[in-house]
Amino acid sequence: MIVGKSIKRVDAFDKVTGRALYTDDMADKSALIVKIVHSTVAHGIVKAVDISEAEKVDGVVKIVTCFDVPKYKFPTAGHPWSTDPHHQDVADRLLLTDHVRFYGDDVAAVVATDEIAATKAARSIKVTYEELPFVLDPLESLKDGAPQLFEDYPNNILAHTGYEDGNYEEAIKEPGLIKIEDWYETPIVQHCHIENHICYAKEENGKIVVVSSTQIPHIVRRVIGQALGIPWGRVRVIKPYIGGGFGNKQDALYEPLCAYLSTQVGGRLVKLDVSREETFVSNRVRHAIKFHLTTYARKDGTFVARRMEGFSNQGAYTSHGHGIVAKGSTGFRQLYQSSGATKADVYTVFTNTPVAGAMRGYGIPQAMFALESHIEDCAKALNIDPLELRRKNMMPVGFVDGFSKNENYFDSLNQVIEKGKEYIDWDRKQKEYQNQSGLIRRGVGMSIFWYNTAVWPISLESSSCRMVLNQDGSIQLQLGETEIGQGADTVFSQMAAETLGIPVENVYIISTQDTDLSPYGTGAYASRQTYIGGFAIKQTAMLLKDRILEYTHYLCRMQKYDLDIKGGNIVHLTTGRTLMSLEELATTALYSLERSEHITAESTYQCKSNAFSLGCAFAEVEVDIPLCKVKLLNLINVHDCGQLINPQLAEAQVHGGMSMAIGFGLSEQLLIDPKNGRPLNNNLLDYKLSTTMDHPHLEAQFVENYEPTSAYGTKALGEPPAVPGAPAIRNAVLMATGVAVNKLPLNPHNLFARFKEEGLL
Amino acid sequence: MYDMKALYEATSVENAVELLLEHPQAKIIAGGSDVLIQMREGRLAGIELVSIYKLDELRGVSMDEDGTLRILPLTSFSHITKHPLINEHIKVLGEAVDKVGGPQIRNIGTIGGNTCNGVTSADSASTLHAWDAIMEITGQNGVRQLPIKDFYVGPGRVALAHDELLTAILIRKESYQGYRGHYIKYAMRNAMDIATTGCSVNCKLSADKKTFEDVRIAYGVAGPVPMRTPSAEAAVKGKAVSMENIEAFAKAALLDVNPRTSWRASREFRLQLVEELAKRALIECVNLSGGVL
Amino acid sequence: MMQTQLVKCTINGKYTETIVDVRASLTDMLRNDYRLTSVKKGCEVGECGACNVLIDGECFNSCIYLAVWADGKNIRTLESLLGPNGELSDIQQAFIDEAAVQCGFCTPGFIMSAVEILESGKLYSRDELRKLLSGHLCRCTGYENILNAVEKTMKKRLGK
Repeated sequence: MIVGKSIKRVDAFDKVTGRALYTDDMADKSALIVKIVHSTVAHGIVKAVDISEAEKVDGVVKIVTCFDVPKYKFPTAGHPWSTDPHHQDVADRLLLTDHVRFYGDDVAAVVATDEIAATKAARSIKVTYEELPFVLDPLESLKDGAPQLFEDYPNNILAHTGYEDGNYEEAIKEPGLIKIEDWYETPIVQHCHIENHICYAKEENGKIVVVSSTQIPHIVRRVIGQALGIPWGRVRVIKPYIGGGFGNKQDALYEPLCAYLSTQVGGRLVKLDVSREETFVSNRVRHAIKFHLTTYARKDGTFVARRMEGFSNQGAYTSHGHGIVAKGSTGFRQLYQSSGATKADVYTVFTNTPVAGAMRGYGIPQAMFALESHIEDCAKALNIDPLELRRKNMMPVGFVDGFSKNENYFDSLNQVIEKGKEYIDWDRKQKEYQNQSGLIRRGVGMSIFWYNTAVWPISLESSSCRMVLNQDGSIQLQLGETEIGQGADTVFSQMAAETLGIPVENVYIISTQDTDLSPYGTGAYASRQTYIGGFAIKQTAMLLKDRILEYTHYLCRMQKYDLDIKGGNIVHLTTGRTLMSLEELATTALYSLERSEHITAESTYQCKSNAFSLGCAFAEVEVDIPLCKVKLLNLINVHDCGQLINPQLAEAQVHGGMSMAIGFGLSEQLLIDPKNGRPLNNNLLDYKLSTTMDHPHLEAQFVENYEPTSAYGTKALGEPPAVPGAPAIRNAVLMATGVAVNKLPLNPHNLFARFKEEGLL
Repeated sequence: MYDMKALYEATSVENAVELLLEHPQAKIIAGGSDVLIQMREGRLAGIELVSIYKLDELRGVSMDEDGTLRILPLTSFSHITKHPLINEHIKVLGEAVDKVGGPQIRNIGTIGGNTCNGVTSADSASTLHAWDAIMEITGQNGVRQLPIKDFYVGPGRVALAHDELLTAILIRKESYQGYRGHYIKYAMRNAMDIATTGCSVNCKLSADKKTFEDVRIAYGVAGPVPMRTPSAEAAVKGKAVSMENIEAFAKAALLDVNPRTSWRASREFRLQLVEELAKRALIECVNLSGGVL
Repeated sequence: MMQTQLVKCTINGKYTETIVDVRASLTDMLRNDYRLTSVKKGCEVGECGACNVLIDGECFNSCIYLAVWADGKNIRTLESLLGPNGELSDIQQAFIDEAAVQCGFCTPGFIMSAVEILESGKLYSRDELRKLLSGHLCRCTGYENILNAVEKTMKKRLGK
């Protein structure tokens, strides 16, 4: 069994020696350099772009403005294409725009021989705007008379969806119900992968070749085709190692512009390296969402009616759009049950702020912050133990989602809670931390969460895999699914070795995706790859194995069904005899003068299932009231993501998610100046990403219930770790201080305001 | 690549003064952790630089014959923290600069750069104020000395003429002998951050440890430049070592400060910190001095 | 006219002479002139630590260090750690064994800070290690396994 073992990462050697090549490491020094001129107003019409000074800068090769670019509108979201026009992503972007909708929008671009010339020229371009009124808050943006971003979207509503299970208005009429309601709010945050987005483009063999730091090369190829109005096959996208993505690179970012600029300088090599400051503003951010949650409960804690209203800040363009808050509303619907009714209305609203896209968790961190904070508030109002209240109402074993047909097969939630409780010493501390009165107080808090794997049935789920048998019995393994740091290549290799019956050292995974060479796969998002890629790997491995055994049958005349591959050897099952090594078979097959065969296999698997991925976090905090500071003392996440393919890498993945949750909970927030819409802290000094000194020990534990729908028993683990930490911290602060902080982050500014309101200061 | 018009590398202090006189537009670059960043932002793009970074004659910490501590301006933060003279006589300065940024920044950042850029949040500045540092300045007319409080002219501005550079920071024996100090950096995270408010306090207790013979306090980011709060000092000087007096001291600090509201923090919150940090820092100084509360 | 200057220094044990554009950062010089691509660019203002290298035994963010200042210095990058026969150093091996590597972009910078820590020959507490590594940002690992890798290697070297 190689699945389930903590083998070392297949890319680790290259990464610890500096040999792993990332986009910038591969770009030739001769590349022309691009700098983008960004909007310096939050909303306006570009009246004129004066490039006369910029053109004089020595080294400038080409300047392109919003008035020059083709008018093909294109979508940017990293979703699979839909052949149904009603299900396609909104095409609202141009390469450069004369209607700027946020501070940082793209107005013009300079191509120059070096970075200094490009920067200098970009700075000397003078843009004249007719300034328009702007709006930064989704609730303001919804109002009649608010500034409009797009003609087609009245009241700036990109989308509004909802559901009503049961009859809400009837359900709340039950006498004796206790009503608990409040607002919960999450901020704009950014992915902060350490490698900024970067790409370079050139024309070669009649094609546009783009090398990019992306999670989704095959999708980016399509979007470049759309943006440039050229056949998709004319575009070749190559994805080398990337320095993290977390969803930001699940969008076509600047690849279309870079490709276009190459075509404007005769197909020469053009490099577009996004600065950190631009990454914060002009890439994508996490949707800030305001939720209003209402629960009607009986005195015994039974939830009778539940209501969610959500207002998601889309920023200036659609990108991933409504999918984020819609997914949040599904989590709300399923994690807890109501005896009467559950109702939701969620809106995604344009504002003149940076564009929100996909970010690790895709709406679930926001929704679970609101929901799990609210559940804690319900427990307090009902005077019921918060764990008991959760257990009474949470998704039961055997629950089936009517839409996706997902089934909750196991008692995962209770199992993870037990582990978390034990680690944090919940029962003792919960008692010990009651009724503190000092200036420095401690508390424990927890949160459960709901997540589901991949995107079926909302979108297509398919994945392709290719395996090529080498003469020595090893294989090349290729997928369209991408390694972005999470360890995908390693677990894919383990899966292939497992099904083929060969040592994992004999699996050579090709890490780079090249849309001209790699099989199709949509890429790294929705925590889908281990689950979805697993099907494609298993199916292809079985196909390859069948071909190998078929050839063995030809050589040995043994029945194929009585043969297997074990440890890299072909064995006869009935007698247990080793017939030959795979190496011998492969060499013979390739060079046979009678029947030469290069044994390969390739297949596509379309997946029509998905799976719940559940878990929890427990946090312990110390709150310094006069200094308005939360010190996180302990944090544990417990996950049931099915069988672990590689426990050590799974644990590492959880650590990273927990770290992101700590930032979300305590410190991260992209601030926008209300006066002019200008981002205030778009750099790594002023945007407070956690450092080594801001973390306690991070404890990651698992419950392993083999997922029955999955090829290798596994399900989502990429995103879920980022979900439960923030509400667990918030609930721990509530216990410590009695103060409910409903607005993330729980940084000193927000705590100061709340402690003042509550009379603690 | 940094957008600079020219770089002149000084070979000595005299040469640096000459280069500055020759190039009236040029700016001094020491470790560069501020200047280079401003160049990249565009604020100083296209500038001429006089680099003094390689002037090893401006590195190190020593003691003059009269016991004055002489800290040379290009000494990196990490070298100040490690220096035995600092540890022996003014340990708090080593502790304060050990809170700047992260380890790599503390290797490149210099104490001279930290003060000459004139910013109120500099981690070294409040401590240097609280210890009555003297700035020694060299220019075409020779060497002059200036108390640090007169060195800071306004936000981002210090009392250096174009031909002058800081060549030493002096702490007199009477300023440090018998004093123990404590610095609290309040920031949003525990590393890689700038101070929301910084507070440096030191005190000298009477022989029986019952009385505050002297207390000095200075803040960063409690006003446009690093500042002392004389009202606080007056409130405890000569008074008994007690919690009551410490609280009065902290309250009195509010009389002198004038923090502003910015997106980094509100005035109201900074005032909360001014009082709380003064209290905590002085308590720690009493502990360090062997006093009992 | 581009202003250039001759920089004589030792890079990864080898004496070099380079004519550099005075506007270049040490990151530029190491990446462009010597193809030492382990020196990564993550922010270019000294906030992320991805470009960290050792200069005369101390760690510096090479993005905010002028190339001309390297004159006379001894510079080491991650590429210097591999043994003559391709053997990994103990700290590189520990990063692999402890799963301290994910996307790998911050890894070279972290390892070079670890080298400075290990070469000090001192035994540090976990909290001290946190402080000594705090000049590096990582978004993948939560730092947990990086700390484990450095701590274990430190203890191993000190026979603890």
